[in-house]
Amino acid sequence: MYSRGADNHTWRKIKSALASGIAFVSALLVIAPLGLVFFHLLVNGAGSVNWDFFTKLPAPVGAVGGGMVNAIVGSLELLVLASVIGIPVGVLGGVYLAEYGSARINSVLRFMGDVLNGIPSITWGVVVYGLVVLRFKGFSAYAGGLALGLIMIPLILRTTEEMILLVPNGYREAALALGVARWKTIVHIVLKTASRGIITGILLALARVGGETAPLLFTAFGNRFWNHSLNQPIAALPLQIFTYAISPYDDWHRQAWAGALVLVTGVFCVNILVRLLTRGRGVSVV
Amino acid sequence: MAVPERSVMEHVEQPVEPAPSVESSPPLTFQVKNLSIWYGEKRAIDNVTLDVASNAVTAIIGPSGCGKSTFLRALNRMHELVPKTRMKGTVLLQGQDLYSSTVDPAIVRRRVGMVFQKSNPFPTMTIGENVVIGLRLNGVRNQKLLNERLEKSLRMAALWDEVKDDLHKPGTSLSGGQQQRLCIARTLAVEPEVVLMDEPCSALDPIATAKIEELISELKTKYTIVTVTHNMQQAGRISDYTAFFYIGRLIEFGPTTKIFTNPSERQTEDYITGRFG
Repeated sequence: MYSRGADNHTWRKIKSALASGIAFVSALLVIAPLGLVFFHLLVNGAGSVNWDFFTKLPAPVGAVGGGMVNAIVGSLELLVLASVIGIPVGVLGGVYLAEYGSARINSVLRFMGDVLNGIPSITWGVVVYGLVVLRFKGFSAYAGGLALGLIMIPLILRTTEEMILLVPNGYREAALALGVARWKTIVHIVLKTASRGIITGILLALARVGGETAPLLFTAFGNRFWNHSLNQPIAALPLQIFTYAISPYDDWHRQAWAGALVLVTGVFCVNILVRLLTRGRGVSVV
Repeated sequence: MAVPERSVMEHVEQPVEPAPSVESSPPLTFQVKNLSIWYGEKRAIDNVTLDVASNAVTAIIGPSGCGKSTFLRALNRMHELVPKTRMKGTVLLQGQDLYSSTVDPAIVRRRVGMVFQKSNPFPTMTIGENVVIGLRLNGVRNQKLLNERLEKSLRMAALWDEVKDDLHKPGTSLSGGQQQRLCIARTLAVEPEVVLMDEPCSALDPIATAKIEELISELKTKYTIVTVTHNMQQAGRISDYTAFFYIGRLIEFGPTTKIFTNPSERQTEDYITGRFG
């Protein structure tokens, strides 16, 4: 039975090489789409990313040129509105899960948070359309910000909870043993220790909702001009890309490519920022 | 919550009854009577009665899981942080019931500080910030007072000369033994009456251990110290009184010299001579 030892060895080497080869190809397939997307965007969009793109309003139909400054600013405004809703609720909810809630309540909350994370983003658009747009009879930046903020909440909730749970119990005990009140211990010791991880979670959530189109379709609605009041429809980069991409005009198509390139670059930059934050010197629980 | 500048000790309640003076006995800091503690269904402390003398070092010894840490934590209500704890009996600090419903556990912990087994300076703070954080978070804003307390606490913890030029460096940049002394300074800064120590040297090398032991002997002139230790020789070196715990019960308690040279209980003798534990 052991007489074919040499052959067996060769066969095992072949199997090993096969397995690592397949794993390597799979890894390449994972990275490939990112490369393809970025390459495609560069080829099609780089030519249209110019000074005008960042400084001018969209040109009227038929006229060549113009830019997307209103959509870029609009996206930033929507992200600020979303943060106002998503960050406090998400972070405080995470604090509750990690520091206060009982095991039974927590498992229910955690489950619901995970369900919320899995809800298709267009659903949030529909919900906010029903709750806000219909009631106040108009699309608005507020509605768009609310839709994005609601998507951020479960994302931030779970990362905050996980980051807080990583803070060693010894720090809580040390603060409590100094006669520091529980809430002060949480704010000044626990959250401070976990802050880098929590900020990372917030940035990733912002990057995620920054690229959302569906929840804005019937909330923020989009706008070809400056938004002068948050009660009015507002432009957003993903919406503008969507509108331009399905239009019949070549110039708009080029601008849509440029917009997509700017958006992806922005998300990319946020991710690099996150990398730098989590790698940073000093002590971190992350 | 901005608490006006004042000593953090000011709002401590006065004792409800004066500490009974026991003739020919040293003054007492703690009087523990019939204390039992449960974690869920498990009884960790079983009917312990013990008096802790003031300005002395009381060592608690016993094998792992005998309840010595739980007993220590019951002295400043830290054991309550574990969910589903239950206690019975009384713990008097200077005659005042620590577990009375009108007593805030935070105030108890300001009077009864604690140093832990694993040194735990706050990683986000400098050496200086670590020392005064207890005062800061308890509402002290006066920078002059904070600076005074900073130097005084570090001197008492025998750390000032080593770190006085590095106060802005992270607390975690210090060596293990220095970190533990930093934690002691942090505890002393809020001016407690008692310092509890939960195996303060078990993670340290012999030289750092010797420094902490020396420090404990100096601190007892100002503070009452209760320390848990796994190290019998250490208990013999530093303590005035020794309590031997076994499976949640107090087996024997008395002057350290007596416990170590002439114990009354067979179990104590067996443990001290290394026959079990």
